[in-house]
Amino acid sequence: MTVTHAVDAQAHSGPVQARAEVVSIASAGDYFRLVLAASGVAERVRAGQFAALAVGGPESAMLLRRAFSIYRADPGAETVEIVLAVHGKGTAWLADLRPGDLVDIVAPLGRPFALPDAPRPCVLVAGGYGSAPMFRLADRLRERGCAVHLVLGAATESRLFGVAEADRVADSIAVTTEDGSAGVTGRVTDVLPQLIRDARARAVYACGPMAMLRAVSAVATDLGADSQCAVEEAMACGVGVCMTCVLPVIGDDGFTRMVRSCVEGPVFSGDRVRWDAVGTIPEDTWGRGV
Amino acid sequence: MVDVDLAIDLAGVALPNPVMTASGCAAAGRELDQFFDVAELGAIVTKSIMLAPRSGRPTPRMAETPSGMLNSIGLQGPGIDAFLADDLPWLVDRGARPIVSIAGSAVGEFVELAGRVSASPGVTAIEVNISCPNVENRGLVFACDPGQASNVIGAVRREVPSDIPVFAKLSPDVTDIVSIAESVMDAGATGLSMINTLLGITIDPDTLRPTLGGVTGGLSGPAIRPVAVRCVWQVHAAMPDVPIIGIGGIRTGADAFEFLLAGASAVQVGTVTFHDPSAPMRVAAELAGELARRGFGKPAEVIGLAHQRRGEA
Repeated sequence: MTVTHAVDAQAHSGPVQARAEVVSIASAGDYFRLVLAASGVAERVRAGQFAALAVGGPESAMLLRRAFSIYRADPGAETVEIVLAVHGKGTAWLADLRPGDLVDIVAPLGRPFALPDAPRPCVLVAGGYGSAPMFRLADRLRERGCAVHLVLGAATESRLFGVAEADRVADSIAVTTEDGSAGVTGRVTDVLPQLIRDARARAVYACGPMAMLRAVSAVATDLGADSQCAVEEAMACGVGVCMTCVLPVIGDDGFTRMVRSCVEGPVFSGDRVRWDAVGTIPEDTWGRGV
Repeated sequence: MVDVDLAIDLAGVALPNPVMTASGCAAAGRELDQFFDVAELGAIVTKSIMLAPRSGRPTPRMAETPSGMLNSIGLQGPGIDAFLADDLPWLVDRGARPIVSIAGSAVGEFVELAGRVSASPGVTAIEVNISCPNVENRGLVFACDPGQASNVIGAVRREVPSDIPVFAKLSPDVTDIVSIAESVMDAGATGLSMINTLLGITIDPDTLRPTLGGVTGGLSGPAIRPVAVRCVWQVHAAMPDVPIIGIGGIRTGADAFEFLLAGASAVQVGTVTFHDPSAPMRVAAELAGELARRGFGKPAEVIGLAHQRRGEA
């Protein structure tokens, strides 16, 4: 069970560093769900924020933290839950954790999704395990009287996350897979325009790979909707000191800057991110040319 | 166990302990203040500041390596105006002791930066970054050439009031670090910060291309610690009276203790802060424990101790 609305409204600010104890770990399709007990974390979590986990134990040769969207947070039980995919040695170490093991966590981090002041129809779009933060977000939106339409997409069925839970949190659900193993054959953007039109949605929330976010942002902009995109950029520290997780974002003053996805993000307005220039420093970036 | 007093006198500056953040690993202190009290640490060494705002190098900017990482940030920063208006006053108001790292691409830039920084209230010391490897032209790594290193440090020293120490940050990517150290000390440096990162490359086996957007990067973390200890050892052996700030892969109080034994008077904690944002203060506390367990009452008692023959002291 997720937390109540009052907790979000009164959320503490700032992250906590803690030695978390593994409560449970379970596979879910191609992913693992990891529940961690850490005092002081859960009551601070807002939808869209992430946790940075140290991997490999106290003597680890892997120094960089791994960042994961927070899926669930339960202040009563003092637990947080993340979803992870095994990409390399660090995530393999996490997947091998057993109940009772300890892992160093820093959380919650980053700017959460902004919630509307008034009820409005919202479309939530997730690629792969980018759905992890969307369930919490959906709960918050429905508490505010918003209709929630959820789109879950992945390359194949085993890379979808949370389909079984979707009924509980959303007014409508669309599933897409590129290989047709579940739902509509294709990508989330194949069903998104019609969904936005039918729902008369002016707010789109998205989390997933960069290419998907770029496409979702473009669709939203075309249809006159705002988009909030949570990026999955590689990070070394997660707390704002290493300057590795930057991407080009247009500021209120119209200038493009290389901003940190860990503290200025991970949630950005889709129309502010220079999606086509991610991985480069655009010519007109503030501070370029020196 | 004896009571340990970690307080030190570093080139005339009193610090509550010999542990600092390392430049580029702590931004300007604000983010880490969420994890420990920045006013309690010996000093906060800020990310190298340049005259103009700078957007840095393209991503990917980091690659994890065994017990370390490569970075190619490329000195991204807000420029000196924003730093002096915002970052430095915050550190001073907060009660921290700021050591401001400056970087430039020409001697005149270093001089202007040094002048503006030293005219600002509350600066504990200046660290001159003449050794960042993430620049387009290796010829701009002043610390790779004794003459160029000397030119920068001499010009900075003349600009900075004598009560503000000037530390030269050296690169290990040189044939003879002692000759570089001697040249910057002759030019008027108060002391040395050593070492900066080592130049490295990793190649992605899937893309078949270098991992980093900037191709080359600086290697840091515990992987380089023996190189750093060696550099401190060699320079301390040649110039035992020169204050050295030891930097390179410090993860624990025992690691900091090793640097003191090699000849460092203080240490900086860098890359490990990415792994553990509480690391700088933890290292200070652990260092006190390392000293106490061996019966030492203060850091000064062990500086360079490893150079004495067995049986001495």
